[in-house]
Amino acid sequence: MDTRALAIKLKPLDAFKNFLFVLPAVLIFLIFYIYPFFELFRLSLYQWQGIGPQIFVGLQNFQELAGDKVWWDSVGHAGYITLIALTFQNVLAFALALACDREIRMKRFYRVVFFIPPVLSEVVVGLLWNWILNSGTQNGQQIGLLNHFLVQSGLPQLVHGWLSDPKTALSCIAIVHSWKGFGWGFIMLLAGLQTIDRQLYEAAKVDGAGGWSAFWNVTIPMMMPVIMVVVILTVLGSMQVFVLILSLVNQGLVYHTEVPVTRILSSMHETHQFGYACAQAVILGAILVAVAFFLKKMSSYMKQV
Amino acid sequence: MKLFRNRYIAELAAKNAVVHVFLMIVTVSCLFPIFWMVRSSLMTNATIFTDQSLFPKEVHWQNYLEAWTKGNFAVYCLNSIIYTVSVVFGIVVVASMAAFAFSRLHFWGRDVIFYMFVAAMMIPLPGSFVPLFVMMNKMHLINTRLGYILCMINVGLSLSILLLKTFFDKMPSDLEDAARIDGCNRLQIWWHVALPLARPALAVVVIYNSLNVWNEYILASLLLNDKDLMPLQKGLMVFNGAYLTDYPVLMAGLTMTALPIIVVYLMMQKHIVKGLSSGAIVG
Repeated sequence: MDTRALAIKLKPLDAFKNFLFVLPAVLIFLIFYIYPFFELFRLSLYQWQGIGPQIFVGLQNFQELAGDKVWWDSVGHAGYITLIALTFQNVLAFALALACDREIRMKRFYRVVFFIPPVLSEVVVGLLWNWILNSGTQNGQQIGLLNHFLVQSGLPQLVHGWLSDPKTALSCIAIVHSWKGFGWGFIMLLAGLQTIDRQLYEAAKVDGAGGWSAFWNVTIPMMMPVIMVVVILTVLGSMQVFVLILSLVNQGLVYHTEVPVTRILSSMHETHQFGYACAQAVILGAILVAVAFFLKKMSSYMKQV
Repeated sequence: MKLFRNRYIAELAAKNAVVHVFLMIVTVSCLFPIFWMVRSSLMTNATIFTDQSLFPKEVHWQNYLEAWTKGNFAVYCLNSIIYTVSVVFGIVVVASMAAFAFSRLHFWGRDVIFYMFVAAMMIPLPGSFVPLFVMMNKMHLINTRLGYILCMINVGLSLSILLLKTFFDKMPSDLEDAARIDGCNRLQIWWHVALPLARPALAVVVIYNSLNVWNEYILASLLLNDKDLMPLQKGLMVFNGAYLTDYPVLMAGLTMTALPIIVVYLMMQKHIVKGLSSGAIVG
């Protein structure tokens, strides 16, 4: 009401002067966000090497992508990392949040410490863990901290090429990713737990609901919206992970640690198929939007139940 | 009765002890890698794999000097500071002006434009760096500081506008009205009244964006190939490729990159957690 009354009185010159305030933001946004956004879709329909003519090929890039085994394997790898993050990382985060929600000493200390890994950059975390998980030797000594520790504690049979063995590489990446990421979920879940009205627990106690029962019937339902946000963010973050992988597995990228974003980068930089790279980006974006949409729908459905 | 109470307390203490052990294990797993990084940055290549003591017997500061000079970290560090300061300054000016207008001023299409910024945060756009790279190439902004700074301003813009607009919306406009009656124009009100009052929100914007720019890798790696223009994150990767086995110096480089962030975090952790979690909720 108020806004409309003012808008009618607004003189064109005033409106223009007011608009000047948002102009810098709008210009930057148009050039660096909106234009690339539409270019992404347009280029995905072209065959282009980065220089030279752009040839319109319709949906050919997408057809090719549908049969690209390396691409779909990379999506699977990211899916596996996401699955570990959703289970291991988020359950850990939830358990820690529950522990810190109690009346317990040093609460603040824990809260500060658990958020240190998330503020570190992916490059630092990746290079640091690359050394910890390294399986090389120098002068008969294990370089990697983990293998070194295993030898020292009399378990040399467990020494392993953690990052070079295709069987363990992806799990190691997922665990390092979780190490870096659990603090996020922890902070958000803890904030959610603290908004739950304590009287609900009292009421549950009066009704005879003990620890587990109160947890399932009070905590979980009350936390569902926050849990859903954490789940969606975990999926979006884990499906796009790649800087961590670049720095963690630094001996050039190998097939078994490929993820979608590294595929997009190599289409762009190694084979110079810019159109194909854009098609890959469009499909990955579509997958992410679809998953996020599905999870949102699911959470609103659960709210009704 | 007393016996009962004692037992209750004992049970509670035992439960809390279990919880503490669990929390402590996670704490150690968080801190130990970082501690080991700092520790190893003070050792030599000869002792790093043989000396197992928690604290090195001989502190070897040389690694930092070596990383600083031979590893080119002096240049990377300066670049990171230049990028962080200019991007954050740019975001504060551009975003606060826009947020002020979205909250206080009237013009046609205001809400549509605002929701465009909000929508940009909601839609995941994983490969947008491909067309962005193409565009920057066309504009001859590859390997320029300006190109990288503008891109990074765009990255932080939407969230900063949203944070500041939410703050302005909640702020009473009495002071601004008084300033208007005193004859201040829009620009003066923004600069003299709105900005000083928005200091708490600006703190969140500054710290959140500083962390973001300092830790950014992907755009830096795409847009900056010149060693003299690289920020720390990209420099670390280049360094790692060149000195693969020189772990003490690499750890010195990692420490130099990570320590400023950890110190800033410990000093400002309330603002950071607020900024990051609000960023997470809309992102």
